[in-house]
Amino acid sequence: MTSLPQHRTAKKLGLVIDLDVCVGCHACVISCKEWNTGAYGNALSDQHPYGEDVSGTFLNRVHSFEVVPEGGQVIGEAGDARVVHFPKSCLHCEDAPCVTVCPTGASYKRAEDGIVLVDEDTCIGCGLCAWSCAYGAREMDLAAGVMKKCTLCVDRIYNETLQQEDRVPSCVRTCPANARHYGDLGDPASDVSVMVAERGGFDLMPEQETRPTNKYLPPRPRTSLASAAPMIPLAENTEGARGFFAWLDKTLDRI
Amino acid sequence: MQTEPYIALSEPVGDEIRKTTCYMCACRCGIDVHLKDGKVRYIEGNRDHPINKGVLCAKGSAGIMQHYSPARLQAPLLRTGPRGSGEFKEISWEEALSLAVDWLKPIRETAPQKLAFFTGRDQSQALTSFWAQNFGTPNYAAHGGFCSVNMAAAGIYTIGGAFWEFGAPDWDKTKLFVLFGVAEDHDSNPIKMGISKLKKNGARFVSVNPVRTGYSAVADNWIGIRPGTDGLLILAIIHELFRNGQIDLDYLQRYTNAPWLVIDDADKEDHGLFLRDDLGKALVRDRKTGALVRFDEPGHIADLNADFITDDGRKVRSVLRLMAEKYLDPQYAPEAVAKETGISAATIKGLAAEIARVAFEEEIILNQPWTDMKGEQHDVMIGRPVTFHAMRGISAHSNGFQSARALHVLQTIIGSIDCPGGYRYKPPYPKPATAHPRPHGRAEHVTPGKPLAGPHLGYPLGPEDLLVDAEGKPQRIDKAFSWEAPLSAHGMMHMVIANAHAGDPYPVDVLFLYMANMAWNSSMNTRGTIKMLEARDEVTGEYKIPKIIYSDAYSSEMVAYADLVLPDTTYLERHDCISLLDRPISEPEAACDAIRWPVLEPDRNVRGFQSVLIDLGARLKLPGFVNEQGDALYKDYADYIVNHQRKPGIGPLSGWRDADGLGEGRGTPNQDQLKNYIGNGAFWMKHIPEEALYFKHHNAAYQQFAIDTGFFDTPQPVTIQLYVETLQKFRLSALGTRNPVAPEQYRKRLLECFDPLPDWYRPFEEQGVDTATYPYHAITQRPMAMYHSWGSQNAWLRQIHTKNPLYVPGGICDELGLKDGDWAWVISHHGRIKCEIARTDAVNGKTMWTWNAIGKRSGAWALDKNAPEATKGFLLNHLIHELLPPKADGMRWSNSDPVTGQAAWYDLRVRIEKAEAGEAISEPHFGTLHRPGNQPEPAEQLRYGQEWAK
Repeated sequence: MTSLPQHRTAKKLGLVIDLDVCVGCHACVISCKEWNTGAYGNALSDQHPYGEDVSGTFLNRVHSFEVVPEGGQVIGEAGDARVVHFPKSCLHCEDAPCVTVCPTGASYKRAEDGIVLVDEDTCIGCGLCAWSCAYGAREMDLAAGVMKKCTLCVDRIYNETLQQEDRVPSCVRTCPANARHYGDLGDPASDVSVMVAERGGFDLMPEQETRPTNKYLPPRPRTSLASAAPMIPLAENTEGARGFFAWLDKTLDRI
Repeated sequence: MQTEPYIALSEPVGDEIRKTTCYMCACRCGIDVHLKDGKVRYIEGNRDHPINKGVLCAKGSAGIMQHYSPARLQAPLLRTGPRGSGEFKEISWEEALSLAVDWLKPIRETAPQKLAFFTGRDQSQALTSFWAQNFGTPNYAAHGGFCSVNMAAAGIYTIGGAFWEFGAPDWDKTKLFVLFGVAEDHDSNPIKMGISKLKKNGARFVSVNPVRTGYSAVADNWIGIRPGTDGLLILAIIHELFRNGQIDLDYLQRYTNAPWLVIDDADKEDHGLFLRDDLGKALVRDRKTGALVRFDEPGHIADLNADFITDDGRKVRSVLRLMAEKYLDPQYAPEAVAKETGISAATIKGLAAEIARVAFEEEIILNQPWTDMKGEQHDVMIGRPVTFHAMRGISAHSNGFQSARALHVLQTIIGSIDCPGGYRYKPPYPKPATAHPRPHGRAEHVTPGKPLAGPHLGYPLGPEDLLVDAEGKPQRIDKAFSWEAPLSAHGMMHMVIANAHAGDPYPVDVLFLYMANMAWNSSMNTRGTIKMLEARDEVTGEYKIPKIIYSDAYSSEMVAYADLVLPDTTYLERHDCISLLDRPISEPEAACDAIRWPVLEPDRNVRGFQSVLIDLGARLKLPGFVNEQGDALYKDYADYIVNHQRKPGIGPLSGWRDADGLGEGRGTPNQDQLKNYIGNGAFWMKHIPEEALYFKHHNAAYQQFAIDTGFFDTPQPVTIQLYVETLQKFRLSALGTRNPVAPEQYRKRLLECFDPLPDWYRPFEEQGVDTATYPYHAITQRPMAMYHSWGSQNAWLRQIHTKNPLYVPGGICDELGLKDGDWAWVISHHGRIKCEIARTDAVNGKTMWTWNAIGKRSGAWALDKNAPEATKGFLLNHLIHELLPPKADGMRWSNSDPVTGQAAWYDLRVRIEKAEAGEAISEPHFGTLHRPGNQPEPAEQLRYGQEWAK
């Protein structure tokens, strides 16, 4: 068993993911892969990369699924099925079961900023943490035999060799739709906390009681086109073009 | 509480950053390539770059895997087995180039048209067209004919611009954005960034697309239109705007041909043409004085409501009156088009009302004085913040030209072309059709041993500009610019192999292709195309297309059908220029161009194709490639980029010209130019002055900027052509009242499809098949994480899309008892395919779809022969014929737009049947290709970057 920090961390670094603009392009997925395959810990390996049963280790994946709303908010035109692109990586939970389940202490939550990490030198690859994670956010690297997970790009965010503006996770740096935001969710005045408050950011599966740090922003409310205010018709009858020409003459005389 | 382990937090990313231009798709983003120990450590977006401003898509980040792909060709290849076997031997470059010269030189000296040179998704058309022109063959084009020429041609003829490279929404200021079908894989970062801005600004985003994927998923309103009916929807909106008087009369009067006078004199050769003066200038009636004046004369107000008989007795009407008469017809009412489009009248009316409300009630006024081309001073810039964007969803139909025209007309009547919040041109556009060249390729343009008399491609202004002989027969191998496809401004690459195989209009000797996967996903009727490439003359035993030279960087399916393969480099190993003479990367606020340069040296015996082409040009002694002594003018492509001048002072790159490097647009070659580009992040950008930022088509300051920067030598303002006289000239030819008279068999089509005002007609395949037998549509969608067929060789990207199911609407699944994972036969008038299905409700109910080009031929792209791409993946191409079903008269027309020749990919009609239980392998399935040459075995496992593990 491994302990969480004795006191809840004041600083809670994490991500805010905006489902209103995520178009499911997978930019974050691949940027994460390329940064992290040469960064903290072992490379992110790929098995049979050109073969029949290709697979590989990713710390961030986008799941796309379809929802047919039954009642509730009508999205766009009535009755439409909705497509949701849902990026998912470690949510750096405050009550992280993946930490407390670890038999060696390899899985830990940093006291300084709340990032959940795996110390690969002491990880024995037993996989208990992945079983305990409600979100399926950990992946065993088959080549290294150790558990891999989102590090929040810990080797970017404090990296003094990078320009200040680049000291963000690779997925945030690259996201073309600006759907990913990074910051301190423990500070109510931070940009990300304000965003969560204003947009009704929510926890993923709160019933799991893991108190995830990462938050998701829901789609903004939408109104149907059919409910748009109708145009005010011309006084002239425009059946055929005659009335239009009368309107045209009248209007041109005013220009 | 244990102690936390030490972590190295401040390691440098790599040893060095080299900034270049991405080529994981055609978007051309700026990238920072971090190198470590001579390998690529990390690729990220260049924050300073005008296109992507720091962001990068999945493809761009996966560039590492593309660069190290096991599918990379290793050396020049000479075919040893039969075509299609994939059996080759590696040869030296000297052998390869000598052989190419042996094949090409006799052709040039005797019959240059026997070379067909077509390039695929390259970005060096300024060079390839220059080479082909100097070779002298009329048979050259790039891939636009099977891509999006409808959008480009409709745009140029109408507004002197189009979308993507030609123009973009004013993302910062627009308040309503309507997106029609676009490929979601390229031009994608700007669109994603733009959508994000819209959302932040509270603008409404409407997506019109049969399929609800990527962008449509986050749209405020998704309109799941029936394929091929976009034009009808747009005309219904135009109907609504006319009916409610929601059009910008001031804009129409000033900047468009709405007040131009159309002659009404049936049976005369100028019926439907513009009333012009002796100098050929179109005339309008001054509303104040009633006098006829030239449209561009200062000081008048043109009468939009003109309908009168001139002093000479000519009956004339203004274009706007013709438009009102046409579009107020009840056939365009929302109620009338609801069934055909699958969109409720209430939704169409709501969309029209929103367009009107935002355009006129949310008007933007910028306090920026400017002067128009008539010299009139304006105190402010008035914006109508409604924008549209579209590409292949509209254009890849046989009615796509007219539908794209309709969209440009819609933008124009609300006054949103190049205004604040509206559509904005990107330099060097606007450029009207008249400022583009006419096509060359008639017999009198072709002389053995000499260059072609002028550029191959251009914009015909009437039937007199067609490339046909006295009998009206086509002169190009693809039949571009013939009566069959008169305005085929980008050529018709999709017809080249079929026509060359048939020897119609004549046989060719050498087919020379670059980066075009014609033996697979880039052809309609893939199986038939393969057979044509393999076909031999029954008497001589020689291949019907005798020699095929192909250049590609990777072992694509097409490689197996080449006789001689010239292996290209990866995008990180080469020089390139993204030129204003070609497909530029400008932004609405700045003229831009860019380069690629070898950030890594090739580790194989490969050469950049453009350098090879320049070498071949010199060996063939082509003008432009050798000096008077016959010595090579350029060492390689880099040398050409710097030193080639298209005309004095104008070269491939606009930045850092003149010896001092201070020249922009114009200037003598500067030997440090590439160094200057590299120092600036591989791009150049010149900002447009504030007073020239909008209304570029009529803005005197912008026109001066365009001249100063070398786009033009004289001003080229655009009067937006709502009514396109060129189209009417073709109808007059069809009526037989104007010369040249159209051949009999084309007349009906010309009359039906060449309406000079945008029109809608039923797509040809839908007209030609029994829609009860083929009740559904089948289309492809581009996955954002893949680019055409390229992505599957990429170890990371292929894990996102390893196979492609056919997504079938829930209603059809219920009717046929289909469920996820079932296999089905999909049948068209031409063929049948077997594939795995997945249920969806996020789609137009009559439309099934799949991801484009995931299906691969077994053995291609260095994938295992049993890779899911080959066993479960599939192409819709097998269902699409390059010809339409036969008509009663036995004629078979090309499956293309009758105006531009654009391939009508999305016209496909199908039925679907549950497949019997059997092998779970997609059909048709082809034999496994050998891996060409001495490619290394692909790795069983990758641990990229493990040596850097900390």
